[in-house]
Amino acid sequence: MYALEKSTVSFKLNGKEVHAKIDNQSILLWTLRDQFALTGTKFSCGMSQCGACTIHLDGKAIRSCTLPTSAVKGKSVTTIEGLNHEVGTRLKEAWINEQVPQCGYCQPGQIMQASALLQENDNPSREDIIEHMEGVLCRCGAYYRIIKAIQSSTKTAYHGSRSE
Amino acid sequence: MAPEVNSRSRRAFIRNAGGVSFLIATGTWFTTKSEVLRNRNESTSIGSWVTVAPDGQITILNPAAEMGQGSMTALAIIIAEEMDANWKDVRIENSPIEPDTYGLQWGGQLGGPMITVGSRTVRGYYHALRLAGAQIRKCFVQAAAIKWNTDASEIETRESIAFHTSSEKQLTYGEIASFMEVPESLPSVSENDLKKVEDFSMIGSVVHRYDIPGKVNGTAQYAIDIRVPGMQYAMISRSPVYGARPELDNEDEVRTMDGISHIVTLSHGIGVVGESFEKCLAAKRALKITWSQGNKADGYDSRVAFDEYMQLADGSQMGESITELGDVHKAFSEASKEYHTVFRNDFVYHAQMEPLNAVVSVASDGKSAEAWYGSQAPDRARDAIATELGIAFEDVTVHNCFLGGGFGRRSMSDYVVEATQISEKIKAPVKLVWTREDDVQYGAFRPISLQSMSASVNQKGELTGWKYRIVGTGDGLLASGARVPYYSIPNKMVDLHSIDHGVRTKHWRSVGHGPNKYAIEAFIDQIARDQKTDPFKFRKRLLATSPRELKVLEKVAEMCNWTSAVPEGRGRGMAFAERSGALVAGVAEISVDKETGKIKVHQFWCAMDAGLVVQPDNAIAQLEGGIILGLSSALHESITFSGGVVQQSNFHNYSIARISDTPENIDIHIIPSQENPAGVGEASTPVVGAAIANAFLDLTGKPLTHMPFTPDRVKMILG
Ligand code: FES
Ligand code: FES
Repeated sequence: MYALEKSTVSFKLNGKEVHAKIDNQSILLWTLRDQFALTGTKFSCGMSQCGACTIHLDGKAIRSCTLPTSAVKGKSVTTIEGLNHEVGTRLKEAWINEQVPQCGYCQPGQIMQASALLQENDNPSREDIIEHMEGVLCRCGAYYRIIKAIQSSTKTAYHGSRSE
Repeated sequence: MAPEVNSRSRRAFIRNAGGVSFLIATGTWFTTKSEVLRNRNESTSIGSWVTVAPDGQITILNPAAEMGQGSMTALAIIIAEEMDANWKDVRIENSPIEPDTYGLQWGGQLGGPMITVGSRTVRGYYHALRLAGAQIRKCFVQAAAIKWNTDASEIETRESIAFHTSSEKQLTYGEIASFMEVPESLPSVSENDLKKVEDFSMIGSVVHRYDIPGKVNGTAQYAIDIRVPGMQYAMISRSPVYGARPELDNEDEVRTMDGISHIVTLSHGIGVVGESFEKCLAAKRALKITWSQGNKADGYDSRVAFDEYMQLADGSQMGESITELGDVHKAFSEASKEYHTVFRNDFVYHAQMEPLNAVVSVASDGKSAEAWYGSQAPDRARDAIATELGIAFEDVTVHNCFLGGGFGRRSMSDYVVEATQISEKIKAPVKLVWTREDDVQYGAFRPISLQSMSASVNQKGELTGWKYRIVGTGDGLLASGARVPYYSIPNKMVDLHSIDHGVRTKHWRSVGHGPNKYAIEAFIDQIARDQKTDPFKFRKRLLATSPRELKVLEKVAEMCNWTSAVPEGRGRGMAFAERSGALVAGVAEISVDKETGKIKVHQFWCAMDAGLVVQPDNAIAQLEGGIILGLSSALHESITFSGGVVQQSNFHNYSIARISDTPENIDIHIIPSQENPAGVGEASTPVVGAAIANAFLDLTGKPLTHMPFTPDRVKMILG
């Protein structure tokens, strides 16, 4: 067998500078789970088909199960554990209010995907939501509540419900 | 010796530094085994079900698997309600795997299997846990009565506080727990000590699920998230044809791959063990394996199987009898019209989002083991580990984690046994992970089946005869849902032929109810429409002697305004089913894209009578999820075999419902009831296939007789 090239890669993880030991087989999902104990990011399909492993790379929603860890060098990675900005907090609150999760396994990915949407477009239509969320599967079928929770997380809906 | 054991075994709660712990038990509880276990447990206070600490914190143990159905919260609510506990003080933890204490018999008595299947948890535990909650409350009341030197009847409780009605005196449960005397046994309670339904403050109202915050912030632990010191990853390349044995052709090459420590030969596959998921995956891909021939499933083709089923369906040989009522032959010979339709159902895969996995650590002497998994039958899985290692089950410590979906697949223990075998061989802890491809291709599926339906109708347009033959694989899995006792048809005959193809089948949320209720309800609409009778009216007549069922049907008709005109380009269809005691009626409103053959469900109305519902909002969530799952299996899902091998491998070729499949409106109504709780978790799934097929019939005049109704099949039907 050929020897694998081992190296260290540095990137920002949930706001902190970190260094990961990698080789050319390393995949971000497993680096996050095994080296940083960030297990909120889930494995499910391993081929960018289900979205359970969704994280943010420089603010964009990305599937981490097919992303070589080397690709995040110098970039900023956010996982569900670090999703603490205003939009993320609104979403997490809405997810509880709407009682969205069932088994919960897909939910970190759902929230990460939804958060990328609201950061880009704070007033999405139902169609926008569906288009943006299409890649994240939920076998428990919580989609109806996922849509409701996103709709109630927009700035207007959130502050509207607060002022009542 | 003996008297000591007896007196200990009557002690129903324990005082310790942490407060008081209540052991909930029924008369059947004191088996020899339990005494031994209990004696062992008393010192550590495991074995308690409810613990009240001096600071007021109440810990309630959860005996069931939490796989998204929410029963972890519902069961604790039942106890807390009767205890008059303050919900804010309640913490829920998983119980140890001790079936004699925490398990449940099918009749609802405590002590039995700890299996979470068949929507049985809430309905099964309901009465026992109410009585237990009432007993615990009584303990606090009695202790307060002694303290205040008053009569227990003068004491009221509310939100973890005992009040003396005629004075200002009050004590919190925490305070009482710190001085409570330990009696020999819990006070006896009867039905009369239970709260009246109208006095419930938690049962029947919306309480947020206990597990949800952790599932939102990423901290909820599934087995796949467990990491123990010295742990390695493991993966298995399993036989593509079920039953085949492996012979590895390149062991030396794979063993020396970077990061790989062991290659383990199992009866059904080759395991690779290494430092990471990535290393194992690379090694697994590099394996060159020759598989043994001569397996039962060799050459099995699921499409061809339908031809074989058809011959049996048309043949005169009777299968296993499911229902026999009246004289069907006479009914058909006197019929004014006969109907006949054959329905087909493909194999369906569970597709729980967390692939199967387990962490098992077998001690290096092989005499004990510790395991972390998510199982619907954690006691069975524990016993399987013990059997595998030839040790007593008491020497296996189990941590049942959250399940990233179960749907029936996780009541099997195959993945736990595999992890045990590998850990035993390498003498180190392993995390065995199934890739999605493994999970699909070594699946155990909802069986393929064919429903051959015949009916006779008399001059008045009434159903007089009902002949229904099921042919498929998977034995008992095929029969569930085949009976229609609620429909008054005087002559019925239902029989079942099951053929073993050597491929694996398994319960899948609502089991045979999915295929059977689809066939039954779609057939009824075909007859009704041919008889020029409105399908709702037709069913109403059939339910004339089943008032509870009728009410559910009428409710859904009212919800969707059944008699109103269906919007242009849409069709509406209705279906009725019972599952685990719950009665459900559903109506789908659909459109069809004639170009692509895609069916779109726009609206779904659903009415349910499931007796008293402990957690209504959670029940609604279950019904919503069950509708999406039913829709998914009706429109998308199909596993096929060719040459004995599963043809699908991941979500790109086994498609399941995505968010765009969600109806714009899902309207659910739970009929208020004080009857015993029924099972909710699977209730809505069975009606979806038929409701869609019937809406399609309404829209196009054409029946859909093969589930799933994929675009290709729909296009073919529309010509
Ligand atoms: S696990 Fe990454 S998309 Fe499915
Ligand atoms: S909540 Fe179970 S998969 Fe989405």
